[in-house]
Amino acid sequence: MQSIRIGKEPQVQYLLRVADTCLILAQRITEWCGHAPILEEDIALSNMGLDLLGQARGVLTRAGQVDGRGHDEDQLAFLRGEGDFLNVTMAELPRGDFAFTCLRNAMLATLLKLLWQRLESSSDRELAAIAGKAIKEARYHQQHAADWVVRLGDGTEQSRQRMQAALAQLWPYTAELFDTDAVDDAAQASGLGPRWADLEAEWRQEMAQILAAADLAVPEGDIKFRSTGKRGVHSEHMGFILAEMQYLQRSYPGGAW
Amino acid sequence: MSVLQQRQPSARVQAAWQVLETVQDPEIPVISLCDLGVVREVRENGALLEVVLTPTYSGCPATEVIAHDVKTALQAARLGPIATVLQRAPAWTTDWISAKGKAALRDYGIAPPGPVPLEGAKPICITRRRQPPVPCPRCASTHTERIAPFGSTPCKALYRCLACHEPFEHFKPI
Repeated sequence: MQSIRIGKEPQVQYLLRVADTCLILAQRITEWCGHAPILEEDIALSNMGLDLLGQARGVLTRAGQVDGRGHDEDQLAFLRGEGDFLNVTMAELPRGDFAFTCLRNAMLATLLKLLWQRLESSSDRELAAIAGKAIKEARYHQQHAADWVVRLGDGTEQSRQRMQAALAQLWPYTAELFDTDAVDDAAQASGLGPRWADLEAEWRQEMAQILAAADLAVPEGDIKFRSTGKRGVHSEHMGFILAEMQYLQRSYPGGAW
Repeated sequence: MSVLQQRQPSARVQAAWQVLETVQDPEIPVISLCDLGVVREVRENGALLEVVLTPTYSGCPATEVIAHDVKTALQAARLGPIATVLQRAPAWTTDWISAKGKAALRDYGIAPPGPVPLEGAKPICITRRRQPPVPCPRCASTHTERIAPFGSTPCKALYRCLACHEPFEHFKPI
């Protein structure tokens, strides 16, 4: 089945970066359903995935309206090709072990919390309304993920080793979060939302607080590696997650239940 | 315009509110949608009766069931045609749950939410927070502890009472 295309207007791209980051992270963390180390965390990850999916649905619907080609949230989620997904690469990385999942959740929940805070005053009233709800959820997600980063980082020898490995693996992907471009500039100028670069100082401060409490050192030095998911150029993992997520609609177009 | 100066709602709108008082939340079937605070407004728009609903959580799966239940109940009471309108702002808060609703939650074994803490009153510490005490819905002891921050629905957390040893759910204040 042919993929639908989306416009290159910066407003649409900006909205899709937000929506797709929530959507792909939701898809990744709900992979833990039935597999998490304890039942309570199984439930927690599914709940957070549900919140993220709800946020993604709202923003995708809005992106479809702004795009003006008549695509609804389902079409945008299930019928776009890889190059038209604009989530940060960090969200699509395989779920890894529990330490990796918790640290990624902490990093992205911190980013999303700071983003929703500013989007509450977006010039787009629908986006502002979605943000008003999402901020409460993101705050809770951040606290929960941070608690686990501290518990594992400052835990046993093995949990600490795994959290350190997760940090080394994830850190290079943090640079992309704050890369800025014409899409961000247009959003800033129109009042749609902040440049993601403007979230960096606070993000670093909050992550430093979490890592310090976990007795983990913030990695030093410039990051040379650049992931580019926000521009639609993804890691090798993206095709596989879409294949699984889109399988039903691709195989049974328009299928509903 | 103050509330007092507003026009008296029509008989149809009043009848609709009475019906909605009897429509229970699909996941916590002891509290009505009105007491939960998700029904924000009932208004007539021409021949159409519009019910304005505000979702509790972004991804709450009950949202669509709630809209369906509202329509079904009002149509059964011959108050149709009905439309439900999703209104996101202002965001739903547990402060909108009525006193009657909170009492019903407690009777059902769910510790009701306390007032939502004011954000921005002091710098938020991400990793070291004190949980306000949650009284046990069965024995009222505040000697309780949180087992898990998430529960069977997005709106609840799991607790246990250290006095009567019963586990219970807490409706999180948001």
